[in-house]
Amino acid sequence: MTSDIILDCILAALVLAVGCWVIVVRDSFAAAVGFVAYGLLLTLVWVRLDAIDVALMEGAIGSGLTGALLLRASSRLGAKEQSTAAEQPGVMLRTVAALLSVIVAAMLATAVLYLPDPAPTLAPEAAANASATGMANPVTNVLMAFRAMDTMLEKVVLLVALAGVWSLARDRYWGGRPGPRFRSDPKDPLALLAQTLPPLGIVVGIYMLWEGADAPGGAFQGGTIIAAMWLLAVIAGLTDTPPVSNRRVRLALIAGPLLFLIVGFGGLWLGEAFLAYPVAYAKPLLLVIEFAMTLTVAVTLGLLIVGPPEREGAP
Amino acid sequence: MTAAVVFGLCGAAAAGLGLYGAIANPRPLRKILAFNLLSSGVFLLFGVIARRGAVSAFSGDPVPQALVITGIVVAAAGTALAVALLLRFFKATGSTTLSAGALASAPADSIDE
Repeated sequence: MTSDIILDCILAALVLAVGCWVIVVRDSFAAAVGFVAYGLLLTLVWVRLDAIDVALMEGAIGSGLTGALLLRASSRLGAKEQSTAAEQPGVMLRTVAALLSVIVAAMLATAVLYLPDPAPTLAPEAAANASATGMANPVTNVLMAFRAMDTMLEKVVLLVALAGVWSLARDRYWGGRPGPRFRSDPKDPLALLAQTLPPLGIVVGIYMLWEGADAPGGAFQGGTIIAAMWLLAVIAGLTDTPPVSNRRVRLALIAGPLLFLIVGFGGLWLGEAFLAYPVAYAKPLLLVIEFAMTLTVAVTLGLLIVGPPEREGAP
Repeated sequence: MTAAVVFGLCGAAAAGLGLYGAIANPRPLRKILAFNLLSSGVFLLFGVIARRGAVSAFSGDPVPQALVITGIVVAAAGTALAVALLLRFFKATGSTTLSAGALASAPADSIDE
């Protein structure tokens, strides 16, 4: 028991040390690399907190995709960004900011130390109602059934974010292809990686979606892995990004939320309420929604990372 | 002292760290990074609350865990939008400065359309 606590303390100290480094290091590219390391350490923290579903999510999105996004941004901004560092606010403002941050952190820490005991929990309720969906993973049950409204709206948030990113395109590139065209070099190790990893990655992604019903995993985690595989193939130059005006891309983007809405309104009509699944069909319905959502998550996240259209769409 | 307390304090400190970085660092990309640090700290607090909700056969309360999963996706979407805005701003003004004085002297000809 005590050795566990010592390990936890070391892990927490490592997380904070890398976090400090991300904040103070001069070079932004180094900070972005540090952020990826920070995310991976955080993944270990989530494992220690017995939240494997969240650990998968943090590793895939928090560290992986966000990390890739920030690395790309820092390399695009390049040395020009460094000059902005000279505009560092004065000692006075920095002291006030530090003071404010310490106060906020201290208040949060106090809240952690004085959490109610015994802690309120919905775990027994979640378990008692698991039979309604036929799935054993309580987190998937909460995401897909008990709090399905959150999940559906989150999909819509993703779409709004993507619409925001696309709207930053220059007028003449509207409907075109996002990101630069990466050139393929068959001798490049990256090309080899991009040829060998995606078949495995896609299988892992679908496995995670399927296993998500009873074990840690689910549509988000699976979709993120598939998105990462696609990005790898794009960066290696093996494939190109589709024009954003492509009808099939748009269909994939709305498949998840649309199906969710149809089932939701079906619940209003056939069942008791919006998003109330008829118990007899709950599992097949949820599986269909999850498959559509995996597709949507994969396409949306992939397109969010590559950014607004930057080239003409014509092949 | 339990794992939940250790990581709860860690989350509180990470939130404070992120808040400081978001205010004190003048570079927008670093502000975005700091903001992500801040949100990761808040997520960790949720994780601690979930862990404390563990009863008998369950390792934790699934509701806060599901909320964090939703939160991580939304945070990633927000970061993607922020980065896209920053890159567009950089392309239009040739600079990443957010100070009004420095922006006025930036070349305006690069703003297209």
